[in-house]
Amino acid sequence: MRIGVITFPGSLDDRDAARAVRLAGAEPVSLWHADRDLRGVDAVVLPGGFSYGDYLRCGAIARFAPVMGELVPAARRGLPVLGICNGFQILCEAHLLPGALTRNAGLRFVTRDLRLRVENAATAWTGSYSAGQRIVVPLKSGEGAFTAAPDVLTDLEAQRRVVIRYTDGNPNGSASSIAGICNADGNVVGLMPHPEHAVDPLTGPSADGLGFFTSVLAGVAV
Amino acid sequence: MTRMIVEVMLKPEIHDPQGEAILSASHRLGFGQVLAVRQGKRFDIEIDGPADDAALAAVQALAQELLANPVIEEAAVHPVAG
Repeated sequence: MRIGVITFPGSLDDRDAARAVRLAGAEPVSLWHADRDLRGVDAVVLPGGFSYGDYLRCGAIARFAPVMGELVPAARRGLPVLGICNGFQILCEAHLLPGALTRNAGLRFVTRDLRLRVENAATAWTGSYSAGQRIVVPLKSGEGAFTAAPDVLTDLEAQRRVVIRYTDGNPNGSASSIAGICNADGNVVGLMPHPEHAVDPLTGPSADGLGFFTSVLAGVAV
Repeated sequence: MTRMIVEVMLKPEIHDPQGEAILSASHRLGFGQVLAVRQGKRFDIEIDGPADDAALAAVQALAQELLANPVIEEAAVHPVAG
């Protein structure tokens, strides 16, 4: 199985995402923001970082990158897509996911290992977990406060589209302590914490994040 | 050539921690009469052609598609005379 990792100018975590893909047992494929080409991959990761310097708004310029012209229709057709941190911001700007990420309450950039709860283990990227499972994954973001209109939040909860929730307090002022959500079909998932930084106890706080990458492998193999 | 100003502000119901930080800094500096601050963005745009309805519509479309995120922000477009 081949999983694409998109590099935008200013992406930081594309190498860690590719490493996570490899550790999960898949082949990482580098995708370039300026190419209108997904190179036939079976799934795509939008990594963390500061695409286009976070100019205008986080993800606002990346949304219009040539590769997104291919990714958005493919995601709507069911291609599994995972957006991590800046990748989550890009997915919201591209309207593949509802809501927006705004500046942290308290303004501080938060870099911390956090305990999270997997709320929905039925998405393309969380099938390796069980619902309610606690995992430890780092968060590192300055604009990670998930915000959405009240009716959108109600729908997200009612449709079980809150995928990941912060459990030890709310680090950034996210609505309902939401750390990650999915689209209606569950193939597109975005989250602010960084599972690709928690795939090996030697380099992260745990290996709890690896499940995101093994999940999509299992889904495509079926 | 036409100039237009686009002002983008967070919607009133969206929390603005930057505005709050500026408010508290204002008070520390002795500007105790400041009651509230909201921070926004201002875009100064030059358009080819006259200041007609088409130019206004184009900038309004640009504001909705790129300059503002309608989920959290609202945009106001003001043509600049002269």
